[in-house]
Amino acid sequence: MIHALLPIALATGLVGLGVAGVLMRRNAILVLVGVELILSGALVLLVASGSLGGARYSVNSVLPLFVITIAAAETVVALAVIVAAFRARGRIDLDDPAPVPEPVPDPGQHSTNRWIVDTEPGQHSTNRWIVDTEPGQQSGVPTAGERP
Amino acid sequence: MTSHDIAFVATGVLALVGGLLAITTRQVVHAALWLIVALLGVAGSVLVLGAELVSLVLVLVYVGAVVVLVLFALMVTRAPIGPDRQHAVGWVRRLAAGGAGAAVTALLLVVLVPLAGDWPGRQVRVAPIDSSAVASDLFGTWVWPFEAVSVLLLVALVAALAVSRVGAPAAYRRKP
Repeated sequence: MIHALLPIALATGLVGLGVAGVLMRRNAILVLVGVELILSGALVLLVASGSLGGARYSVNSVLPLFVITIAAAETVVALAVIVAAFRARGRIDLDDPAPVPEPVPDPGQHSTNRWIVDTEPGQHSTNRWIVDTEPGQQSGVPTAGERP
Repeated sequence: MTSHDIAFVATGVLALVGGLLAITTRQVVHAALWLIVALLGVAGSVLVLGAELVSLVLVLVYVGAVVVLVLFALMVTRAPIGPDRQHAVGWVRRLAAGGAGAAVTALLLVVLVPLAGDWPGRQVRVAPIDSSAVASDLFGTWVWPFEAVSVLLLVALVAALAVSRVGAPAAYRRKP
């Protein structure tokens, strides 16, 4: 016999530690450590409350197995996303501002050499020309003021 | 205070101390290693509660697979060996996060402690669950959720592979 306060205290303590860890960490992988602590707290409470009523059904062991499996799947996908973000941005700092997306040239309508030319240099004019140069034409950068 | 109580308190303290060190250490690899200690403590607590199969699966899946995966991800993202100065946080944020964690703990205690009833309170009956009964239940009543979980694992595996190829060097990608 175990007093019912002990599993409740352990579960709440683990969940509190996990929440503190999620909020404290800036490294994206270490946030997952906090998530694991929260999930294990929930697991302790699930197992304990299953036998709190006095009945010992074997289903009390089946549902925690499902919880463990789903938590493992979630961790796998989260780590894959973090690794992909590291490849794209070079860092996994959660405090970083979101990067400005670069304009993607569409290969269907324009060639890949694409320049945006201000026709009146020195001031921000509204006359902007988007100049497509041919792929073989290497000196295709128009000087400002020259209408293509 | 039975011997079960003492064993549960010992494993629970192990889990809480491991968890506290896992979230406060400045060295990223040590955080993953302290997580192993915390999860072993949780597995011991579950074992004391009588769910031996859950405890073994916890050790196998969490300690054996998830923590190893976390360590691999730390290696892939070039985590430093020493203290992680790049991701250091100030003491204001540490205090605020600790306060939020303490508030969550207090809220859950207020909600859950009445479940234990008035003093001397309810007791959790500890009797080992027969693993063969768990197996017949898992493959009898719960066979369709079991199959759904296995499909979920397969989808997670394929999705992790597909997602982690985004931004890979061009040599590893298939030509369109």
